[in-house]
Amino acid sequence: MAVLGGTERAAKVRWSLINIVVLVYALVPVLWIVSLSFKTKETLTDKNFIPREWTLQNYADIFTTNQFLRALLNSVGIAVIATLIAVVLGTMAAYAIARLDFPGKRLLVGVSLLIAMFPQVSLVTPLFEMERSLGLFDTWPGLILPYITFALPLAIYTLSAFFREIPWELEKAAKMDGATPAQAFRRVIAPLAAPGVFTTAILVFIFCWNDFLFAISLTSTTSSRTVPAALSFFQGSSQFEDPTGTVSAAAVVITVPIILFVLFFQRRIVAGLTSGAVKG
Amino acid sequence: MAEIVLDKVSKRYPDGALAVSDVDITIADGEFIILVGPSGCGKSTTLNMIAGLEDITGGELRIDGQRVNERAPKDRDIAMVFQSYALYPHMSVRENMAFPLRLAHVDKETINRKVEEAARILDLGQHLDRKPGNLSGGQRQRVAMGRAIVRDPKAFLMDEPLSNLDAKLRVQMRTSVAKLQRKLGTTTVYVTHDQTEAMTLGDRVVVMRGGLVQQIGSPQALYEQPVNLFVAGFIGSPSMNFLPATLADGQLRTPLGAVPLTDRIRRLAEAAKAPREVIVGLRPEHFEDAALLDEAELGAGATFTATVEVMESMGSDKFAYFLVEGETATSAELDELAAESGSAEMTDGGAQIVTRLSAASSIKEGDEAEVWFDPDKLHLFDPSDGRTLTHSD
Repeated sequence: MAVLGGTERAAKVRWSLINIVVLVYALVPVLWIVSLSFKTKETLTDKNFIPREWTLQNYADIFTTNQFLRALLNSVGIAVIATLIAVVLGTMAAYAIARLDFPGKRLLVGVSLLIAMFPQVSLVTPLFEMERSLGLFDTWPGLILPYITFALPLAIYTLSAFFREIPWELEKAAKMDGATPAQAFRRVIAPLAAPGVFTTAILVFIFCWNDFLFAISLTSTTSSRTVPAALSFFQGSSQFEDPTGTVSAAAVVITVPIILFVLFFQRRIVAGLTSGAVKG
Repeated sequence: MAEIVLDKVSKRYPDGALAVSDVDITIADGEFIILVGPSGCGKSTTLNMIAGLEDITGGELRIDGQRVNERAPKDRDIAMVFQSYALYPHMSVRENMAFPLRLAHVDKETINRKVEEAARILDLGQHLDRKPGNLSGGQRQRVAMGRAIVRDPKAFLMDEPLSNLDAKLRVQMRTSVAKLQRKLGTTTVYVTHDQTEAMTLGDRVVVMRGGLVQQIGSPQALYEQPVNLFVAGFIGSPSMNFLPATLADGQLRTPLGAVPLTDRIRRLAEAAKAPREVIVGLRPEHFEDAALLDEAELGAGATFTATVEVMESMGSDKFAYFLVEGETATSAELDELAAESGSAEMTDGGAQIVTRLSAASSIKEGDEAEVWFDPDKLHLFDPSDGRTLTHSD
């Protein structure tokens, strides 16, 4: 037993070490940006990990420029609307895929997978041309539409996996209890699919929030430019001023909503919500 | 409360497979009827068609004289208990039971009263505010029953409601289901693959095989007068013993020796135009240890001698298993029954005979024993189509 305990402890230590390495590897760049955002312009390049002089000036700067606030508004608005639409459409499509047998089901799933795998870069130029002729270029819908397109396959896939886990008999039971198909969906299936819907919402929101490619290509002014794109347009007050500090501060600011979003919804992802439905 | 009539009801799937074929059953108001058969016999499909969960592709289903083929489940006013219980996991026990009433827009006060009443009947009072996930199997089963009874539906449909419970609880729940049904007097259709459940619960039992109704009757009638080999083999536990036999000169030549035909059997066999080669069926309880009987009793029956392979004492009586040399009875029905019970190819080099002997018997395993049986209780079947040759009305 002692030997066994020893090897177990060794395995624990080994795993802890690996975990620490991975964590450090992932977190150092993030912490570096946080550190940069608190440094003064003079100490920006002093190669110290912990700032010697702390300042909130960078944060004050980004919130005094209209540019950043407007971009933040665009980002929140576009990501929330795109997430909402993608999740609603995805829920309906995933439900149909999980529950019904209809002609062309495999084709539909295949095509949606195809969209997910399509290199987005190759679509930027055609999209740019199309949106310009349609008058969608540099507008909110101009970004929301492609975001929905590329988020839907992800949403459909995640959600249909969740729907498949809900026992089919619950819906039959609801029907026997006198529910219409719509009532059965709303009062029985939807509440049980909620964890899946929230998970999907997080993934889709992060995808929209983080997108840089479409944001930089399909916008030209602050009227619809999202934060990741706006960051690249940050500049110092003069040619000789380095905007690193303000860019870092902005990067920290836009990471916060994601963290909040995940923390908020994570509490709703209650594992094993369907336990107790059937035998067990 | 309602009378349910299945009039030549059939189910054919789009791929052409016929799951249920021309089922004719008239279920009287308040009757407890059991659909029983091996898996794939169409019993659950039949139940789902009554429920409205599956379309009826042929024939007519009438509830209280009205054709309901095209009605959605919610418009048939029927409650169903599922094998898996299908409780709504995000609702408390109270909400689960209230769900059908809330959908029917019953006022709150009535809902509360009915749920409390159902909870009292099913002894769920202290669990009303718990979620199904925190209940034991038996409690979940009762919640499923409660959800069905709160509505006072025209009929209950039950799809193997006890098969997920452990053996002891199953017997206990079986009694309470029977009591509950008598008390409420609601027409009930109950599906099971367990012949014991079928025998103990039902007013009438419908035995199904391959989508066809084999026989409908009271449990006792099915037991005493099975119309074919399948019903004979399916009903009864341990099941009936089958042996090949030849009818000749007023005698029955069997692997157990020559058995004289009684007048009753001879008359029935003649009326049924029995062929020469037949299958004889003997229930285990129609055997007895010859040592326990007096001369007069022995003379009224036939005896054979064989070695006891296995002896199982149940306390109240003893099951003795004998291996009888010679041919085994073969027919499509028997093969199917053997496949269902998993006993196919278990016996080689002869037929196994199960006998139920008195507990007073002193026969031991490995003994060569003389066993008596009552030749008037035997059944004869036609091996070609399985029909009984000894059916009396």
